[in-house]
Order: sequence, then C-alpha cells, then structure tokens
Amino acid sequence: MKYETVVGLEIHAELSTKTKIYCSCENSFGGSENTRCCPVCIGLPGTLPTLNKKVVEYGIKAGLAMNCEIAEYSKQDRKNYFYPDLPKAYQISQFDFPLCEHGFVIIDTENGQKKIGITRIHIEEDAGKFTHDPYRNLSRVDYNRGGVPLIEIVSEPDIRSSAEANAFLEAVRSILKCIGVSDCKMQEGSLRCDVNVSVRPEGQKEFGVRSECKNVNSFSGAVRAIDYERARQIEILESGAEVEQETRRWDDMAGKSFLLRSKEEAHDYRYFPEPDLMPMEISRGWVEEIRESLPELPHEKKARFMAEYGLPEYDSGLISVSDGFSKLLDDTVGCGAAPKEASNWILGEISKEINERCITSDDVPFGGQALAELIALINKGTISGSIAKQIVPDMFESDKSPEEIVKAKGLLQISDEGEIAKIIKEVFEANPKAIEDYKGGKTNVRGFLTGQVMRATKGKANPAVINKQLEIELGKL
Amino acid sequence: MSITKKEVEHLANLARLTLSDDEKARLTREMSNIIDFAQKLDETDYDSVKPTMHANAKTNVFREDEIKPSFKASEILQNAPQQDEGCFVVPRTVE
Repeated sequence: MKYETVVGLEIHAELSTKTKIYCSCENSFGGSENTRCCPVCIGLPGTLPTLNKKVVEYGIKAGLAMNCEIAEYSKQDRKNYFYPDLPKAYQISQFDFPLCEHGFVIIDTENGQKKIGITRIHIEEDAGKFTHDPYRNLSRVDYNRGGVPLIEIVSEPDIRSSAEANAFLEAVRSILKCIGVSDCKMQEGSLRCDVNVSVRPEGQKEFGVRSECKNVNSFSGAVRAIDYERARQIEILESGAEVEQETRRWDDMAGKSFLLRSKEEAHDYRYFPEPDLMPMEISRGWVEEIRESLPELPHEKKARFMAEYGLPEYDSGLISVSDGFSKLLDDTVGCGAAPKEASNWILGEISKEINERCITSDDVPFGGQALAELIALINKGTISGSIAKQIVPDMFESDKSPEEIVKAKGLLQISDEGEIAKIIKEVFEANPKAIEDYKGGKTNVRGFLTGQVMRATKGKANPAVINKQLEIELGKL
Repeated sequence: MSITKKEVEHLANLARLTLSDDEKARLTREMSNIIDFAQKLDETDYDSVKPTMHANAKTNVFREDEIKPSFKASEILQNAPQQDEGCFVVPRTVE
C-alpha cells in the first residue's frame, strides 16, 4: 500500500532582544554559568516578572511577516510541570489567547509553490541549560538561558514530506533572520523544533495517529527524524498493529527515536492565566507601525531579482534567503556590475570560500564595490577569470581592493601578442611529441598546448590572445 | 460528589504531593464543594458576558528593553542545596 506522510512542526526561536523576557538580565549566548541571572529568572518567591515590550513587538513582527492576524487581546498563562531546568516549576507561556494566529508561509517544492498554514505564534520563556555528568550521576544547571524570550511557531499539518519540512524550516529561518528578530543560529540552539508525524494510506481523508518527536536540533535532523518516523509507523501498520499516540525523543547520533511518554503518561500542564502579568491589548496603530517597519521579505526579494535583474529563479531563490548575499548582490549591481555575473560570483567562488572558512553569508568581509571591481577587472581584460578566482581568497584575508591585490601580487593579465607568441614557441620546443601528434592530425592537442601556455604564465595569459596566437603559430608548422 | 478520589490522586501526583487516605477523603469533599459552588453559574444565563481573564483591569504593562546588572553567580547560588562548577546541582536528569 502507498502511504502519505503528514507533518506539523513546532519551531522555537530565541529572540535577539537585549534583555530577557521578564527581567532586565542580559540576553546573550555563552558566558560563565549563572552570571546573567537575578531573583526573577531563577524563580525566587516574592519576585514579580515584567514583560519586555520588545518581545511583544518582535512577536508581532514575526506574525506579520508570516501573514498572521494579530490578536487585539492577548494574555500569558502558566504551564505547570516539574523539571529542574524550570526553577519556578512553571513556564510562562500563552495558552488560549496567543499573540498571532491564522498565518501562512509560502515554500518552494518540486511541484511549484505551496502554502503552509501557521496555526499560531506565541511568546514564552526559555528554560535553563543542563550539563550531565555521567561519572558522578548528577546534572548541573545553568540558568543564563532561563527567561530568554522565545517565540513558538506552530504549523498546520500541511507538510507532506521531509523535503517540504526542510523547505518550510528554511523559509521560516530566512524570514526570522531577514526581519531581525532572531539570529537563528542552530549551533547555539537559537532555533529548535518538535516534529509531529503521522502516516495514512494515500487517498484517506482522516489523519493517522501521530507521534511527536522532541530534541530535533538541526534541519537535517528534522529530515532524518521524519523519514525514520514514517518508516517506523508504516512498519507498524503493515504488521496489522496500530500506531500509538506518544512522545518520542530523537537521537540524531543513533538515527533513531525512542519512546519518551505514552499517551497515558502525557503531560497535564494545568494551564491557567498568569496572575503576575497583565493582559495585552494590542492597538491597531501599533500593529500598523510595525508593519511599516518590515523590510523586504525573502520571497519579495526573490521576485524582484527575477523581474528587475533578470536572474534565473534558481539564483534568485538561493540569494534571497540570505540577507548577506542579497545585500551583496544589490550593492554589486548598484556599482555597475551585470546581475548575472554578480550572482555567478556570489553563488560560485564566494560561497565556496564561505564554506571552506566555516563562516556564514553574513560574514563576507567585502562589499559590492569590491565585487563589482573584480568583475570589471575581468571585463576590461586586466585579469583573466582564473586569476580572479585566485584573488577571491585574498579578498577574504585583507581589506585591499581587488585592483590593489592584482598589483601587489603581479597578476596583471598578459595580453601582449608578441610576448604570448614567444611563450607559445617555447611551449612548442618543450613538447615535441604534442607537435608531432598535431602534424599527424590530432588537432585536439590544442587544448593541451593552451594549458601549457597558461601554466607557463601562471594563469596570467589572456585566453583570447592565446587562442589567436596559437592559431598563427600552428599555421606556421 | 463531583470530584472522585481518583481525580484527587491524579492531581496530587501532578503536584508531587503524598496524601494520606484521610487527606484524600477530605480533599475529595472540599474540592467537590468548590466545583459545586462554581456550578451555580450554570443556573444563570451568561452568554452575553465576557469571561474575566484577569482579576486586575490593567493592560499593557511593559518594561523597556534595557539591560540592568545581573546578580553575582555566588549570590545566585547562595540558596542552592548543592553546587558545582558555578552551577546548581540536581539529580541526574535526562529526558
């Protein structure tokens, strides 16, 4: 039987506000343990939380960027459970009146664009962080992360494959980064997700019984967890048994999920309105003010790159999801470069360099002016394309302009016909076998000879001039 | 009784409380009384009344996003029953 996968995601994103959600302790990653804490965020009795206005603003901003309706009335609630990373024994979250509801995000799939519904976005506080000591059978808790503001983005079960889940996660990440509410650094845990998966026979209307996978810490982990769950559930159904509704823990190293809680043991959070915090009445004026402040969103950028720059959809898509790349493209084109040439360099050598250096597209140390200058140097014939590729690493290393690097390294292109003709003759003398072959009718040795000339000039010879002179010199044989 | 002994046991378990049989019986009675009292509302027509979400009528109490100094780690850990490497120590917990 053929099965369809149904996936819903819950994404937690840490907001990049200066302070925590309910106290004025600094909100930043790392630092010595328990040095960014106060009586409020370690949950001492008698303390009073006060809501950070920026958290509400960022929540609304995320909601607007994902096409949500912003609540006129919203409140915070206590979610009660005992766990040592939660010092108050409850998490302040939102239950029945979330900040944002009924939105959607557009993703690109194999079969074109698809709308993924956003059920809700609410604000809440993060918990502390454990380190486990396997030798002494104890755990240590650092509450620096306790009280860091989060938004939880809950999707509708509109996702039908792990590939779509990945596309959705990428889309959400690019939006959150673009609007500047979260740095979305997976390695620092700024973006985490829970994955809800069920399967049903193709054509069946009702959803199957779902499992929820926690501890998914990367997009590729989400893909693996979904594929694993799909296979596990299909195996159960094929054996004639029924899938149980349960919470599972994803272990990425093992590539498996493990049972955490069955339906009977499911948490009973006993939500109730948080008495220490007043409800919010969000004025439409404030919402419109925030809407006005929204930057151009990734899908809008993509459409503009295609329409205004004439770039292919593929290039536009890849560049638009990165703020750093989008700005570099706009600036490079603004400095007079052809958009497609700029795009080729960004997605080619610059991307390669970023990967090798393990940095992100926001960390490119040079701007559009430098890239436009590099492209102009090639087009003017000052340097060859292969020399330009050699210069890119130098552009990451120093703040010299491409032209200065070319001069300092003596990489100017050799376009002098006489000089190149001389080098060609030397190459002929050094490769008598190739010349014999050529005379014998093997014209494809031309490529080899061109390569030898390039090698002799360390890549500095102008390919067009080599071509022309090689034609002349071969004709003389 | 609108509350059963089983429900009291469930709530006690969620609240990590150990109750004696006497306490369970007393709480079953008291909690039933509370629920019965609240059910008086069913006798009235409250369709047109908005639910009260909060005892206080104030809304929009916000704080500006400005950093203030945190406490020293030594002060934060002052009441920790056990501490190690600048952290609170708890029984090994892996979920």
